[in-house]
Amino acid sequence: MKILYPFVAVLGLILIAFLGVQVGLAPVFGIVFPYLALLVFIGGFINKVVGWGKSPVPFRIPTTCGQANSLPWIKQNQIDCPSTTAGVVARMFFEVVLFRSLFRNTQASVYDGPKLRYGSSKYLWLFALLFHYSFLVIVVRHMRLFTDPMPFFVPVLEFFDGILQIGAPTLYVADLILVGAVLFLFVRRVLLPAIRYISLPADYFPLFLILGIALTGILMRYYLRVDIIAIKQLTVGLATLSPTITGEIGSIFYIHLFLVCTLLVYFPFSKLMHMGGVFMSPTRNMANNNRMVRHINPWNDPSIKPHSYMAYEDEFREFMAEAGLPLEKELPAKEEAPVADEPTAEKE
Amino acid sequence: MANLKADELGVKVASDPSLTTGAVPAKDWMDTPAVFEPGNYCYQGKSEKVEYISDALKNNPGLFGEPRDWDIESEDWKLPENWKEIIINGIKERLDKFRSFKIFMDCCVRCGACADKCHFFLGTGDPKNMPVLRAELMRSIYRNEFTKAGKILGRLAGAREMTFAVLKEWFMYFYQCTECRRCSVFCPYGIDTAEITMMGRELLHLVGVNTNWILEPASNSNRTGNHMGLQPHTLKENVEYLCDDIEEITGIRITPTWNRKGAEVLFITPSADVFAEPGIYTAMGYLLLFEHIGLDYTWSTYASEGGNFGLFTNNELMKKLNAKMYAEAKRLGVKWIIGGECGHMWRVLHQYMDTMNGPADFLEVPKSPITGTVFENAATTKMVHISEFTADLIKHGKLKLDPSRNDHRKVTFHDSCNTSRAMGMLEEPREILKAVVNNFQEMPENTIRETTFCCGSGTGLNTGEIMDLRMRAGLPRANAVQYVHEKNDVNTLGCVCAIDRATLSALIDYWVPEVQVCGLSELVGNALVMDGEKEKETGLRFEALEGMEG
Repeated sequence: MKILYPFVAVLGLILIAFLGVQVGLAPVFGIVFPYLALLVFIGGFINKVVGWGKSPVPFRIPTTCGQANSLPWIKQNQIDCPSTTAGVVARMFFEVVLFRSLFRNTQASVYDGPKLRYGSSKYLWLFALLFHYSFLVIVVRHMRLFTDPMPFFVPVLEFFDGILQIGAPTLYVADLILVGAVLFLFVRRVLLPAIRYISLPADYFPLFLILGIALTGILMRYYLRVDIIAIKQLTVGLATLSPTITGEIGSIFYIHLFLVCTLLVYFPFSKLMHMGGVFMSPTRNMANNNRMVRHINPWNDPSIKPHSYMAYEDEFREFMAEAGLPLEKELPAKEEAPVADEPTAEKE
Repeated sequence: MANLKADELGVKVASDPSLTTGAVPAKDWMDTPAVFEPGNYCYQGKSEKVEYISDALKNNPGLFGEPRDWDIESEDWKLPENWKEIIINGIKERLDKFRSFKIFMDCCVRCGACADKCHFFLGTGDPKNMPVLRAELMRSIYRNEFTKAGKILGRLAGAREMTFAVLKEWFMYFYQCTECRRCSVFCPYGIDTAEITMMGRELLHLVGVNTNWILEPASNSNRTGNHMGLQPHTLKENVEYLCDDIEEITGIRITPTWNRKGAEVLFITPSADVFAEPGIYTAMGYLLLFEHIGLDYTWSTYASEGGNFGLFTNNELMKKLNAKMYAEAKRLGVKWIIGGECGHMWRVLHQYMDTMNGPADFLEVPKSPITGTVFENAATTKMVHISEFTADLIKHGKLKLDPSRNDHRKVTFHDSCNTSRAMGMLEEPREILKAVVNNFQEMPENTIRETTFCCGSGTGLNTGEIMDLRMRAGLPRANAVQYVHEKNDVNTLGCVCAIDRATLSALIDYWVPEVQVCGLSELVGNALVMDGEKEKETGLRFEALEGMEG
């Protein structure tokens, strides 16, 4: 069910787009939905990030993954345990751009004995990188459709992406990698018992959705002919707020576009927001300078005071006097049997 | 989780098909109830402890729920009628107070990188001990109450209602997490299960669901100044006994001072160090070290606890217990503070103290009176770790050391979760070790430094009633010790944590009984050549030194 429902949902989306265009709703799928989706995406994304930002970071809680800044002759690990802003920027750079934490991944096995072994396990890191970067390349390449003239880096990227020079139109490597990586992530989720057990429909849905987007895109580029001139006219029109639909673009385009719209709308309300969260995670984006620079908690409660020394001495004064411990207030002259076994109420 | 008897556990972790043996559990985790039976839970807090702690924090009512007698194995926990409302409002309040909590509720992608990083999962095979699922126990409720997708799609979106069954699950699994942060090292978004467990425990306390093993030490600490409940005279007496032993071993009489105004340094260590083996040997090490360098310092009976079991309840109690340190430093008019060997104590001191109870502007930036080193890294907190202090002394050649006095020990070093992953203190203890022992051997990679494994009994889980769980949770640590014991004849497990000294002793006694656990300062104390000492025949625990046997 966890896998079937999201799969059916994506098929349903495809069907909706296909039928919608058949009954003459092309302007809705080509113009209205893209604008709506973009608005929801931007609004939702900002809303989520602002929502996170509204909550304070009461304590400085970096996860220190290396030697801290300490005595001058002890070498600090400036990236994994930064104590300066520059260090934090470096740590975040490696985290966001190279997935440094995921690179640490290991695979533990428990044998009878019992014995534990930890093996290196880099494939999740590798495929996660491949997935995200091929996705990025494809998104940037699509800027060709929304800009006229296009920025210089788009043709450069296209050149390198098509460097294998296979087929006509030229095969883009990123397309292959994206499909391969999505399939890998899916298969991993299904095959590894632990990962399968923790997976929710919300983990399969984006995979199917992205796979759907990639496959419809590939179909459109390599197999089904679409009117590329008309598409560019529409997309540039969308970008310049004067969209027009001319001629028969082909259903496959609308299906592709509708799935992209769905992804945009789904994004801010889902785990895909890890894209924003990774920048704001307090265990990663804070300097480990806790004892050097005071961190302020906006809701720190100054009314919380320690059980006072005087209350403590009041309770144990006789014992303290007998043990020769210094006192703030000397014992009264008359003898009283000490009672110290019952907790007394706070005196603050 | 299969509940194996101790002797079976010594061979295999799970007998039934489980995730550790590669099998997928037949039932979805949402349909698998938490079942309490003797041995798998910590006893509930006594109502008088709840009452005492509530009264101590009476300006913040409701933090610990209603004091009452209740039974964990029963189906009626005598919860307040509106307990669900209290929990949901509690979540809301914490989402607004902690950005970490809010982000960690939203951005997990369930990649599973954390799954096999948890010592509780490795030792029990229970899927809900995978950090990701532990967090999902909370996230599922968050989605149901606070997200659109959860409200509309329900279980399809991974959401579920808050029920008594969920509350039981929370109690079970937020007390099978030691907040060690190992998972957060591996998480691509730095999601820290400790943050989630802390929130979970705060929420449980709101409806009066708690454990006595945490509430009683916390109450003690508030009243007597320390977890052990040692009253001032007893505390002083205990240290005098240690001084007697030191005199017998070294011929030197040490007379430490207590509650002395005008001392340069206040020294605070976990009370366990003056209470029981093997912590007391560490305390003897402190005493010898300070005597050796002639430090002008004082102990305190009022601030006689380095540790802070408040950390395992809520941030309010943590703050209250911690506040004694600065209060006492101010009262005594010391210049700065040295803290003893302890893990969670240093989590509080390093990451919370200054924020909660600072600024300590009545103290000076710590400066070693012996070496002149200014501890810039403690410029605002004004509290220095004993290992930082000792490493600096050694580096400047201020200690007369004879490491051969530790030649009967082949030592490996256990990094505490908190000093490694919440402080970054990795090299200082190693620098000390290299100077005070001749045989030092690291445990395998992936089990030390920032990827060190927990003792399995931190965050107030060091209680006798869950021994089976503790032996399981400590398995990854014990296994690494066993590895160097078999391969390199290691017979001593050094550490810088009072909880470790107590819990690793039990753990190692079960898994690798040939190995002894000792604090780093004990090894320092053993190696110190004191002025005017007699010929040493034994170490601090009266064990024969090499070449002195018989």
